[in-house]
Amino acid sequence: MAAKSNLKNMALSLTLVCLVCSALLGVVYAMTAEPIRKAEEAKVAASIARVLPDFEGQPSLESVNVDGIDFNYYRAPGAGYAVISTVGGFGGPLSLMVGISEEGIIVNTVVLAHSETPGLGAKCTSDEAFIDQFKGWDPAVSRLAVVKDGGNVDAITASTITSRAYAKAIANAVSVYSKLAENE
Amino acid sequence: MSKFGLVTKGLLKENPTFVLVLGMCPTLATTTSALNGLEMGLATMFVLILSNIVISLIAPVVPDKVHIPVYIVVIATFVTLLQLLMQAYTPDVYETLGLFIPLIVVNCIVLGRAEAFASKNSVGDSALDGIGIGIGFTVTLTVIGIVREILGSGSVFGWKFIEGDGMLAFVMAPGAFLVLGYLMVLFNKLAKR
Repeated sequence: MAAKSNLKNMALSLTLVCLVCSALLGVVYAMTAEPIRKAEEAKVAASIARVLPDFEGQPSLESVNVDGIDFNYYRAPGAGYAVISTVGGFGGPLSLMVGISEEGIIVNTVVLAHSETPGLGAKCTSDEAFIDQFKGWDPAVSRLAVVKDGGNVDAITASTITSRAYAKAIANAVSVYSKLAENE
Repeated sequence: MSKFGLVTKGLLKENPTFVLVLGMCPTLATTTSALNGLEMGLATMFVLILSNIVISLIAPVVPDKVHIPVYIVVIATFVTLLQLLMQAYTPDVYETLGLFIPLIVVNCIVLGRAEAFASKNSVGDSALDGIGIGIGFTVTLTVIGIVREILGSGSVFGWKFIEGDGMLAFVMAPGAFLVLGYLMVLFNKLAKR
């Protein structure tokens, strides 16, 4: 039979349930903290391996301020920089990692996080023709903007806003590179 | 009701999506592909079984006036647990389902089963009920996902059988409503026989 709904019983049962639940969550949190950290590190390492395939070793995370915005980047001595660049996409923030060689040539790009429309803008993670056009891109020669805006980037069909954001994110990463190259 | 009936009723007689029409938010949002639907169904089933078991254990001693807050705390605990475990061991799945995992807390199916079944029945029966409704939800979500993936992307479980794109509308929200509506009609027509 259920306990009577008086103040004492109600407070007691809620407190007890919350105590047990938080204790359980605390234990699981402590147990999973390490694997979660490792999974995140593995993801970053995999992204760096894709944008700077020639680099072997442990890149160091640094940050730089360009025009009032802080950018995080990984310095990979001998190979270049892996810059994390986030811009507003169609469905929310679009976050890229852009690998730039020490000569300022774009090596490769990879999407870290996005919320673009499935089947349309989300193709920026899988459309090879779109992604591969940035490999070996020289920002000094070709303009990082979609063809519609007078640049050289071929947009994903029916996803101009996403393509525009993608190009903008790379352009921002290039400006980070310029600042870094200037300082050295 | 027989033990076997407890498990199978979730598929037909008390199908959570087509008959009870509960938990529409994750149903519509996560079924963009067969695999996403399957994963969401399994995640919900995990929470459903565990919360049903625990709630049927504690229901006899919880004072009536606070039973909903107590149930929600229990459900939220299991959802957070699931979230931590997925983040740690299946980060890719966690990334696709992301936002919809915490939303399992407010999925009407979970609280609905706690209220309507687990709080009044034995632990064993409640566990079976969780399994049954969970299977029903998983199968339904997978079916919706399969239909949407075939029409929208021309593939099944990521295996592409046509070149290029399908009808993109089916991957997006309007397609979710269309597919759900037609499947519901079809299901109820067949179930009536």
